[in-house]
Parts: sequence; structure tokens; C-alpha cells
Amino acid sequence: MACKKESVPFSGTPEQEAALKKAIAELKDTKGALMPIMQRAQDIYGYLPIEVQTMISDETGIPLEKIYGVATFYAQFALQPKGKYQVSVCLGTACYVKGSGAIFSKLEELLGITNGECTPDGRFSLDSCRCVGACGLAPVMMINDEVYGRLVPDDIPGILAKYQ
Amino acid sequence: MYRSHVLVCGGTGCTSSGSQQIMDTLKEEIKKAGLEAEVSVVQTGCHGLCALGPIMIIYPDATFYSMVKVEDIPEIVNEHLLKGRVVTRLLYQETVTPAGVKALIDTDFYKKQHRIALRNCGIINPEIIEEYIATGGYAALGKVLTEMTPDEVIQCLLDSGLRGRGGGGFPTGLKWKLAKQNDADQKYVCCNADEGDPGAFMDRSILEGDPHAVLEAMAIAGYAIGASQGYIYVRAEYPIAVERLKIAINQAREMELLGKDIFGTGFDFDIDLRLGAGAFVCGEETALMMSIEGNRGEPRPRPPFPAQKGLFGKPTILNNVETYANIPQIILNGPEWFSSMGTEKSKGTKVFALGGKIHNTGLVEIPMGTTLREVIEEIGGGIPGGKKFKAAQTGGPSGGCIPASHYDIPIDYDNLIAIGSMMGSGGLIVMDETDCMVDIAKFFLEFTVEESCGKCTPCRIGTKRMLEILTKITKGTATMEDLDKLEELCYYVKENSACGLGQTAPNPVLSTLRYFRDEYEAHIKEKRCPAGVCKALLSYHIDAEKCRGCTLCARNCPANAITGTVRNPHVIDTDKCIKCGACIEKCKFGAIYKQ
Repeated sequence: MACKKESVPFSGTPEQEAALKKAIAELKDTKGALMPIMQRAQDIYGYLPIEVQTMISDETGIPLEKIYGVATFYAQFALQPKGKYQVSVCLGTACYVKGSGAIFSKLEELLGITNGECTPDGRFSLDSCRCVGACGLAPVMMINDEVYGRLVPDDIPGILAKYQ
Repeated sequence: MYRSHVLVCGGTGCTSSGSQQIMDTLKEEIKKAGLEAEVSVVQTGCHGLCALGPIMIIYPDATFYSMVKVEDIPEIVNEHLLKGRVVTRLLYQETVTPAGVKALIDTDFYKKQHRIALRNCGIINPEIIEEYIATGGYAALGKVLTEMTPDEVIQCLLDSGLRGRGGGGFPTGLKWKLAKQNDADQKYVCCNADEGDPGAFMDRSILEGDPHAVLEAMAIAGYAIGASQGYIYVRAEYPIAVERLKIAINQAREMELLGKDIFGTGFDFDIDLRLGAGAFVCGEETALMMSIEGNRGEPRPRPPFPAQKGLFGKPTILNNVETYANIPQIILNGPEWFSSMGTEKSKGTKVFALGGKIHNTGLVEIPMGTTLREVIEEIGGGIPGGKKFKAAQTGGPSGGCIPASHYDIPIDYDNLIAIGSMMGSGGLIVMDETDCMVDIAKFFLEFTVEESCGKCTPCRIGTKRMLEILTKITKGTATMEDLDKLEELCYYVKENSACGLGQTAPNPVLSTLRYFRDEYEAHIKEKRCPAGVCKALLSYHIDAEKCRGCTLCARNCPANAITGTVRNPHVIDTDKCIKCGACIEKCKFGAIYKQ
């Protein structure tokens, strides 16, 4: 999984830490609890920096190396923070044959970043994803929870302008 | 009692095109018109015709409005609901005939379909358990618990001929039988809802439109094999499906259709959700179980099979969402009913997600044995823009393509394997003459390289080397020896990989090589991409005969590669051209071509 190792200083709050500890206490005794705990942790912090992984390890007794192994295995877990606006372009088959590759290139060109990266001002991050299930609208991209469909590359500047 | 029910699709496709706002506006407008006591608004699951979303159906007359916009709502409420006059301009054009409005069921899209797994999708409100029960829901579980022995349930499935809808096609009854034979203090029933094939979304639609059907079937499975706990492993990227499953599980628990002593028979069964975290390999059964246990989702060698040692080391069955959705109907209607549909070795129906170059993108459920031509030409409404059919891709990254020469092949498990593809979970992507098959093979390899878990060498390194060769071909730098090497690697990776992902990863290459070898050779020998897709091999030109000298292309060229004077043919400087295609899009006279 390609991700740029730029170190962003960790800035967790005591409230976040309390929320994480509460979630761990709730889930600790269920079978196979690690992934649900990590998913909750990512909901709380937005990503899973090593500091958060260490906290999970301390609370659960699960070795940090195992947690890191799981965090790097699954695409859903992010070790780097995401942008304020998360742009994801569907590169599933249906969107791909309808030209989502060109949409992705246009975004790379306009944002100056590539897959898995975040703009230096923290505003936009760009990811490719596989099938959001809106194949009828192909090609599709999402910015946070907003879905944009039936796109052509010329639509992109106008859409990004809404988030400036 | 309501005199009219307005069904609004709340599936992912329609939600993406704004059906939630439509629901909200509709409720407001109905309130304004004072019709709250007479008209009920129901949010349903997917109707299948995603290309026409957002979709709205008004009962009792089943008027089908397509591509509805928020601005249309006041008119629908005032005209249709208040005055009883159909808003003709919003009707799905297929239903409009000189003799009046045709029933939806008689349109080309629906008339050849047979909905079993999708039976309730688009008809009931998936968030209300009573609606599922009203259409016969949980009757199959009642029948199983009170009238049948576990062996009879398994025999019923064996007789029905139901095979796994996740792709492999293993007989479901046999899987259950093996799990039942193994004695253990605890067994598990799992549901694979980690739909990974990019371009297939039937499982999500079933979960969003009819979640109780899956819960009911899992409880039946629990009774049949002797398990008291179930897990649904569902993609976290499916927020609507996850939410509806949570609601459904809670409602079933409240009604004591899940939990302790179901129907007072002493049978206990409960279900928990586990969210997948975006790994294609977790569609493989052993990897999925590793993931539920909280580990990296790496597959392990079989045997022991999950029926012997599965989740947490206990006997486990794993079936896919669509497989489960068929089961309550088989129990209620009998195995003969189910096996009367389909072909000799593939019984029942299959749901396909139609996508790509086709008019009616969406979900269709067809009896096994329907031909590809019927699916594409009749149900799918053909290919847009008068383009020619080139191939259909089934089975996603594990499958292959079906060329025009097999257009009339009846679709079933065995026929698809015989022609080098596979059923897969049911993605069916249509491609026309402007799609390059080498590029498509490369697209799928990029996917498998990214998703290979890295545990075994043939898959981890083999797929990477294959992708490198494919990239060379699309850039025009490959030799014919590379092509031989590619083919050799395909067989090597297929035979030596540890799990299904690696064993099937070469299929997209092998099947395109089998049917479109000439395209590979054109890339290598002539440095030419016949479909005009591979950028490195293209150059853009202006046809001087057709060019009117309007200057539009020159003004839009980001590289200033086009020169010419007003009313005289323009010229593209191929050295400066960055092949972005902006000029082709802008030209009103079709004067620009690529070769």
C-alpha cells in the first residue's frame, strides 16, 4: 500500500483518549476484538498513528507488532491523516471502462498529489477506491459523503472550486 | 389504511443521485397538501434500474417515474396524488405506449427477469420487520424448526441443486452436510458480505433491500448444522447496508426470531456483525475467518476445511449473501420448484450487476441458461451510441471475457468455465469496440497486484512480473518473447498459488489472449492500439477534408499544439501534443481522429 511517510505531529486530545479507552473496555471481551477496536479508534482519531496503536496495545495487551501488522494489511486503516476533503475516485471496472482513469488523472493534475497523498495545506486528500455501488452513475467520485456521477474531466475544476 | 403508497428507492445508486432529498421534499409537500393520512411514503431497496435513478413508484397503479428531481415533487404531489393525473413527462419512456401506460413487469428490462433473491428488493421497507413478515418472512424458519429435522433441511437443499453464488459454485447442501457431520461443542455460520469484485453490487443491494432474508437463512443454517452463533462479515464501505443490518438484527431479537428459544422450540441462534476493512483477499473463506478472528486476512492451506476446523478452530460454514437469500424460498416452495428453473447443472436464478457500455445499468436476476445476447440486447437495452459489442467481462479480477463469438451461449457455471471465464459473484461489464483488451487485462492485474496478500511467492511476485510485461505491451516496448513469457507465467501462477486469488489472477490475461491475441500482437509488432486507448501508441490528427477552421480546438488545446488560421484546416504538432483528448471532445465536425 503506497503511502507517503511525512510525519505529521500527533495531536490527540484527552477527550479522544478517554473515548478510546471507553471503546476498548466495551469491546475487549468479544471474540476477535482487535479489528472492531481499531475501527472505533480510527473513527475517533481519523487515522491510526503509532501513538494510537501503542495505546491500544497497552490497554489490550495485544503486541504492538500484531496491531501494526493488521493496520498495514487493510486498505481501510490509514497511518497518515486524511485531508479535510477526502476525494475518492472509483476505479472499479464499470467506472474504469467509462473513463474514470481520466478523471483520476485530472484530479492528480489539479491537486498536485497522487494516490494516498494529502495536499500540503491539509485541504484535500486523493484516493482511488473500488466500486461504491453506484455503477449506474459511472464514472463516479466522492468528496467526503457527497457523490458526483456521470463525470467528464471538464467537470472537475468546477466541483473542486466548491470546496476551496 | 392509505389510499396510495409512494415507493422511493433508497438503494446506494439512487441515494447517490439524491433520493434522500426527494423523500424529504415529498413528505413536506404531502403535508402541505394535507394528504398525510391518505398517502404513505415508503423507502425501499433497489429496483434494479439504477441508470434511471432516482426511481419512484406510485401504487396502486404502479406508475413508474424515473430520474425524478426535487423540483418535480410539487407537480407529482399536486397532479398525481391530489388530482389523479399522471405526470407523463416523468414516466419511464419504455412504459409509455400508444395504448396507454404499460405495466413495469412487461417492459424489456423486467419481463425476462425472475426475481427470487431480489424478491423483496424495491417492494418492502427493509427497516420494518413487519413488512418482511407480511410477504412470508420467517415462515421458512418456522417450518424448519417445527416440521423438519436438520437432515431433511440439508436434503431439501441438496435436492434443489443450489450452488454457491459467491463464484465457486460449490453445492450449498453438501457444504452444510459436511459441517453437520463434524461433532463439536460450538459451530459457526458465517455470511460473506465482503463483496470485493469491483463492479458487482448485488450483495449490497440484497442487504440494503431485504436484510431479514439473510438473517432468516442463517438461522436455518444454524439449525441444520447445529450452530448457535452466526457472523456477517460485511464491507465497512457499505454504510447503508451495515445500518440496515443492525436495525434488522435488533428487530429480529425483539421479536425473538433471533436469540434464545426461537419459536419456543429450544433452538438458540444469534448473529453478530463484523466489518471488513477493505481487503479483496478476505473473500477467500479461510482469509475471511482469519479476519473475523482479528488477524491479518491471510489465507491458510486447506485441508483442514472450514467444515472441519474453521472460525476459532470450530466447524464453520460460510455462504454468500445471494446464496442465503434464495434459501427461505426453497424451503417454502420446495426443492422441485427451484430445480425446475435453470440448466441441468445450474439451478435457479443468478443476479448480475450490469455495467459498462450498456443502456440499462443496474441489477438483474435471470434464470440460469439465459443467453448473453438476451441479457445485453433485451434486458440491458443494448450498447449506447450505436457501437459494436466487443466482449463482456464476468467474474471480475478472477474471471475472463466472453467475446462476440459466444454471444448466444446460455449463461451457467459450467458453460462460463468452459469458455475461460467464470460466474464469479455476478459482475457483468459490457465493453464495446473502443475498449482495449490489453488495457483491461492490465487494469485487472493492477488490482490483483495491489490486493495480493503477499503470503505466497507465486502470487506476490508472479502477478507483479505479469503486470510489468503488460505495461511494456501497452507502451509498445515489448517483444514477442515477452508475450511467450507472459503466457508461461500465467500458467505458473495459476498452478502454484496458495489460494483462489492467485490461482485465478491470470484469468483476465489468459482469456483475452485466447480471444484477442491479435490485439496483443498489434501492440507488439505494429506498435498500434487498435481500439485507440493506449496513450503511448496513439497520435492525434486532423482530417483536412472535415475541418472547417473554426479554431475551437486550437483555443482549447492546453499544450498549444494546434495551429491554423480561421476557415482553414488546422494541424496538430504531434511532438507537442500531450494526447489529452480535449480537442476531440470539443470538435463539432468530427474532424479529429486518433490512430
